[in-house]
Amino acid sequence: MNEIIESVKNLSIGFNSQKGKQISILRNVSTNIKKGETVGIVGESGSGKSTLALAMMGYIKQGLFPLKGECLFKSKDLLKMSSRQLEKIRGRKIAMIPQNAGQALTPNLKIGYQIDEALKLHTDLNKTERDKKISELLNKVRLPSPETMAFRYPHELSGGQQQRVAVAMALAGKPDLLLLDEPTTGLDVTTQAHVLELLRFIAKDTGTSMIYVSHDLGAIAQVSDRIVVMYAGEIVLEGPARKILKEPIHPYTYGLLKSIPKLSLAGLPASMPGSQPQPGSINEGCSFYDRCNLATDNCKKNSPDLEHIKELDTNVRCFNYKELINQNNNLQTSITKKSNNSEANEVLKLKDVSISYAKQKFFDQLLNKISDQNPTVKDINIDIKKGETIALVGESGSGKSTILKSIAGLLKTKDGQIKFENDRILSSDLKMRNPNDLRAIQLIFQNPDESLNPNHTVEQILSQPLKLYFNLSGEELKKNIIDLLKKVRLGEFYMSRYPRQLSGGEKQRVAVARAFAAKPDIILCDEVTSALDVSVQAAVLNLLQQLKEDLGTTYVFVSHDLAVVRAISDRVAVLYQGRLCEIGPSQNVYKFPSHPYTEVLLGAVLEPDPDIKPKLVAEDIVEEKPPEKGCSFQGRCPRKIGDICNSEIPPWQIGENGNAIRCHINIEELASLQQ
Amino acid sequence: MLLLILKRIGLGLITLFIVSLITFVGVEVLPGDACTTYLEREAYGAALDACIKRLGLDVPAYERYLDWASNVVRGDFGYSLSGEMPINEVLGPRVKNSLVLASVSILIGIPLAIILGIITALWRDKLPDIMISTITIFSMTIPEFISATLLILIVAIWLGWLPGIVIIPSDATFYELLSNIILPVVAISMIMTAHMARMVRSSVIQVMASDYVQMAILKGVPYWKMVFRHVLPNALLPAINVVALTIAWLLGGVVVTEVVFNYPGLGRLVIESISNRDLPVVQALAIILASIYVGINLIADLMTLMLNPRLKSLQIRK
Repeated sequence: MNEIIESVKNLSIGFNSQKGKQISILRNVSTNIKKGETVGIVGESGSGKSTLALAMMGYIKQGLFPLKGECLFKSKDLLKMSSRQLEKIRGRKIAMIPQNAGQALTPNLKIGYQIDEALKLHTDLNKTERDKKISELLNKVRLPSPETMAFRYPHELSGGQQQRVAVAMALAGKPDLLLLDEPTTGLDVTTQAHVLELLRFIAKDTGTSMIYVSHDLGAIAQVSDRIVVMYAGEIVLEGPARKILKEPIHPYTYGLLKSIPKLSLAGLPASMPGSQPQPGSINEGCSFYDRCNLATDNCKKNSPDLEHIKELDTNVRCFNYKELINQNNNLQTSITKKSNNSEANEVLKLKDVSISYAKQKFFDQLLNKISDQNPTVKDINIDIKKGETIALVGESGSGKSTILKSIAGLLKTKDGQIKFENDRILSSDLKMRNPNDLRAIQLIFQNPDESLNPNHTVEQILSQPLKLYFNLSGEELKKNIIDLLKKVRLGEFYMSRYPRQLSGGEKQRVAVARAFAAKPDIILCDEVTSALDVSVQAAVLNLLQQLKEDLGTTYVFVSHDLAVVRAISDRVAVLYQGRLCEIGPSQNVYKFPSHPYTEVLLGAVLEPDPDIKPKLVAEDIVEEKPPEKGCSFQGRCPRKIGDICNSEIPPWQIGENGNAIRCHINIEELASLQQ
Repeated sequence: MLLLILKRIGLGLITLFIVSLITFVGVEVLPGDACTTYLEREAYGAALDACIKRLGLDVPAYERYLDWASNVVRGDFGYSLSGEMPINEVLGPRVKNSLVLASVSILIGIPLAIILGIITALWRDKLPDIMISTITIFSMTIPEFISATLLILIVAIWLGWLPGIVIIPSDATFYELLSNIILPVVAISMIMTAHMARMVRSSVIQVMASDYVQMAILKGVPYWKMVFRHVLPNALLPAINVVALTIAWLLGGVVVTEVVFNYPGLGRLVIESISNRDLPVVQALAIILASIYVGINLIADLMTLMLNPRLKSLQIRK
């Protein structure tokens, strides 16, 4: 058990900047991987975790090169090997499971061929043995009908299935070490939980060592024996998983854990100020100095070493770690938010809204109607009160973004009405809306990289809505822009910057400022935090809440992340296949009794706590289309009671907590079943 | 799949129909008609009447269009004015000559372009890439009438290795043609190869940067196997359409090159019949060139469809 199979010694990797300076993105990293052990490497984007993982396979990305140190696999340095020698190790001794299997499988080759390729390279089996082995492997990763699966192309599989194929491919060479680079990022919550469960099973079953790289402490907590925390290219904390997650003694890890929204906690997570320094910008002192609330003058001048603390079996890079010992209780706290006044008027009503993506046939186009008996989104009834935050939650394909688009007027509705203020019907066609209605409803997008024009300065970006809606110019315009920047906590000097000069969090703040520039009544938030790092996400959530409390704005918040939704929303609507399953005040939706789908979603959430394991109650099948009749969740429901679920649309039942559930099972029975 | 092919063929036929209408109308609205242009100064009195009668210009335009179109469908383009011989006989050898020139250029140029493109991509920013890229950009930017003339000057006049212009009749045999087409082929290939090599290069570079190529490397796939299995099939797919356009351009007559080398192909026929105002031949050429473009693009689309599993299953599902 204590045999070390790979050891990284004083590794630094970097690149040459345009000014000819050597800039390192990995600084003096040393760690050991023992046999049979799963090590989680966690860090935010830019922390160097992927570079480290790839270096452990002897792979350095183009443009980078090793500055010093070595990666010893079974006492041989991978960084000094020829490509011929590496071919013998990659796939056979160390195998990789990539982040996005959809893009990491070669599109023109069949699944079977790609697994066979690995077998041919790394085993001595003949053709018939290999064919047998392929279906064995596909069976092992629990893919349906492994015999026919081999003849399919990557794009014919769902995201979860592609990830399983990648696992099967990695297992083909019977490696001693498996390298997993964010293997569940981008998958739906239930799929993610299933893939993690599979990986855990494989680790136990084959005794393979694993290196699990992720930004998601929830996923890391589920699989790791040991955790390595990276920050700005350095290891800042390393130790047994439970110790790191329950008693983090480095201020960065402590802040990171606090900034993760948790299911068990209502209210917003605490945020860390600032963002990770860019490579090359650290000259002296501790790299976390700017964001640390324990920092002293010593931290500014001297950079701490990684210190081994024997009694905790932990390595930590901090001068003041002792202040954090025995502070663990504080982890389970959050910032309480002001709840919404339930007496407020309704500002937006969705009445029987259906939306279809079906192409209009020629005659329907003439009559300007859409004929689709089974639309993507159907019968949505939601009343939204002024000043509340309502969340639409569901997995991909649940229709949550579709509904958002049609509220914004970007997508025509098939049936039903969208009513705004005093029951005035809003046209679902953007061109038919009057300018004031357009101003009143603003949208913030998921990815600020794509929603901000890269050729405009922040000033130009923010001046557009101000000019368009309020005809401002000159000094007044400038004053308003500065006000807006202040509101989102950015200084005046940001005005002349271009989006590429901003960090992810700063960009999203500019996008928030742009939405608020129109002084809107309703802001539609489409997965606004899912492209951001956890510590930045907490800051953006807090900012949104603060703005809402100050200005009385209403949010429609779309997200797949149940913990984030729990933190920010007053009310939650759970959607499956474009149909509502459950709607109610958020503290009640997260309590049982729940709709069986909500139950499945809640069970699959990964908490950054090794003691809370996900419950897998439903299969992670991907349904392409909503069922023609009956309950939308009939295909995957773990509590299905019979034919009635297939034939009749379930009735709404109101629970005593005030949440409405659409299920054929009596609500009291549901309550006793779910206890 | 079959339905899709039929649909594409149908669309192609509609395109051809529109082209035929446009050329017919275009010729109609020109001042004068076939007889006045043919007879020139004698276009009056009995001679004109006889000509009009002979060519059937006394019936309404739509009747003439229908008549002409139905003959074209049967493969009969009518008579040329200047030579007073069937257009099919005029076209026949020209089509053959253009085919010979095009196919030799294609056989040499396309493989060369693909190989150069791959080499420059795999040795990106290294010596082979820098050398080949400089040469390709150079030969891309020089207009063909200059490069062709230079070729004649150097190879034919200074060195005297090859005949400078083609002085064989248009009905020469294949072997007679072959020795004469070396210079035109070189001139054409220079431009064509350069364009396609650049295309292939950027396409290969793009695929080399993809996640699945990194995955193949990390899987331990040897370099050249990875290039042939994982990179090339995906990188060459988008090149198919460019290759098709090039082929169509070649078959449609490389006008400038043919004129410079005096090569009796379709391109020169286009110039000749326009300057002779031989309207029936111009019409016939327009239809033929349009059919070549439609046909080649149809084939290219179908090939992309067959070779790209993603598109294939998408179509079947629809």
